Amino acid sequence: MLKIENLEVYYGGIHALKGITLEVPENKIVTLVGANGAGKSTTLRAISGLVSPSAGRITFKGEDITGKKTVDIVKGGITLIPEGRRIFANLTVLENLKMGAYARKDKEEIKKDMGKIFELFPRLKEREWQQAGTLSGGEQQMLAIGRALMSRPQLLMMDEPSLGLAPLLVKEVFNIIQDIYNQGMTILLIEQNAAAALQIADYGYVLETGRIVLEGPGKELADNDEVRRAYLGKA
Amino acid sequence: MDSRKGIKTALTIVTLLLAAAVIYFGDSHLSRFQIRILNLAAIFVILGLSLNLVVGFTGMFSLGHSGFMCVGAYTAAILTMSPESKELIYYMEPIVPVLKNIEWPVIPATVMGGVVAAIFGVLVGFPALRLRDDYLAIATLGFAEIIRIIVTNTISITNGALGLKNIPSEKSLWFYWGICILTILILKALINSSWGYAFKAIRDNEIAAEAMGVSVFKHKLLSFTIGAFFAGIAGAMMSFLITSIDPTMFRFLFTFQILLIVVLGGMGSLTGSVIAGVVVTIAMEWLRIVERPMHLFGMDVPGIPGMRMVIFALLLLIIILFYRQGLMGTREFNWDWVLDKLGVAKSKERGVS
Repeated sequence: MLKIENLEVYYGGIHALKGITLEVPENKIVTLVGANGAGKSTTLRAISGLVSPSAGRITFKGEDITGKKTVDIVKGGITLIPEGRRIFANLTVLENLKMGAYARKDKEEIKKDMGKIFELFPRLKEREWQQAGTLSGGEQQMLAIGRALMSRPQLLMMDEPSLGLAPLLVKEVFNIIQDIYNQGMTILLIEQNAAAALQIADYGYVLETGRIVLEGPGKELADNDEVRRAYLGKA
Repeated sequence: MDSRKGIKTALTIVTLLLAAAVIYFGDSHLSRFQIRILNLAAIFVILGLSLNLVVGFTGMFSLGHSGFMCVGAYTAAILTMSPESKELIYYMEPIVPVLKNIEWPVIPATVMGGVVAAIFGVLVGFPALRLRDDYLAIATLGFAEIIRIIVTNTISITNGALGLKNIPSEKSLWFYWGICILTILILKALINSSWGYAFKAIRDNEIAAEAMGVSVFKHKLLSFTIGAFFAGIAGAMMSFLITSIDPTMFRFLFTFQILLIVVLGGMGSLTGSVIAGVVVTIAMEWLRIVERPMHLFGMDVPGIPGMRMVIFALLLLIIILFYRQGLMGTREFNWDWVLDKLGVAKSKERGVS
């Protein structure tokens, strides 16, 4: 569904991505794991058009989307949940969800999707009128996911959804990801929590300083000695 | 969906009619001084609202408001002055012939003041809005000064440092408060439109807004331009109120007075800006008593000009330290709140007011 070939990104003089090639097939969870500064977030930001790559090609459903504007990429069906939740703190929960559907015009369908999201997150329904900044960390993450789903993406990209959450909530977030996946969504997931991410992923890539050093089915990677040493903290 | 909708519409209409009645009686019963202060208050309310749109709703820390006001004031003044007084005033260097024989009525000239200010808004915003926070503040401050220097030096258009006199005077409350109320209604509609939500989303989190498909730069420029438009309108009204303008009026200190209104009222609240605009303007006049010579605790204190500003500076300090939300925070006046207080039955489902 999504194909990246030899993607390179520079931040000024820093060579953040040094030629990355990866693929996200339809109805699969693909995960990128790696240490800080490996280029995981940069890859997502390049896909959604927030940074422009200096070389390489990104194709989505056969169409070249390299260097397109973020607005058009969102309309085309790729939505990013940025790192650190980034909900609109001064807007209500309902308004946040409506912002998710900003690029859409079909009012009836938006209403239907809103219902679906409240079904998925009953907690958000209870807090519909609350300012999003007053929600707890876990609820904010759910709101961020709900908001992204409101744009009715074909590919959902998540940047560290478990960041700063308690272990119990991390589990819940991963259950939600699994739920969304079971409903037929394609997901590209970035995680520091490599163990959990590789458990649910169909396929995984390991990044190191802007390069892919290892790839393979999620479970296989989780059992790989090298990965275990480097990212899972087990000898 | 909302059973109160009818009541609320009725209340809005009644309030508008009431405002019209107050303006009508005010025009004939208040003294000229009082009317003048109220008109000034209307101008400051518009300035507060327009700066709040930029700073409070879109989260762009702009300090260029006095520049746009300057553009609006000069445009309106030049368009309305009679050819005879133009000949009289431009004695250093005659006015360019194109502008000499123009003599527009007040209202179209006011609108034109806004339009020209909006054009400057686009010109300034295009390069400046790539910056944010303090850097944007410094850049807009600089641009406002540049506008003022240009006005001072294009003598054949603006009469330079000598300023303009004999601008047609407009005294009625109708003109000032009419435009003011219209501004409030337009901005309220804007804030509750999808553009308004995009502005607020950009304020709360630019990256998330962009990831949701809001084109950030376009909306920033839009908000900035609309802000400049209303600043221009207010500038035009200012020139009709004072009837003489010169470039030094629009120094950057003026912007801080508007910023005071925005912060005092609450960044992100139209209601707050309206209340603070009226209160600050009236307080500015009333506080003149502290500038007179006084007897304090048996001591003779000579009149100190500028004492008012000291009081306002202290007030601003106190607000920033202890009450950062301002008067209203991001809340708005709405009829639901009033009806709740009055105990009018609530509808089953709350509507978006």
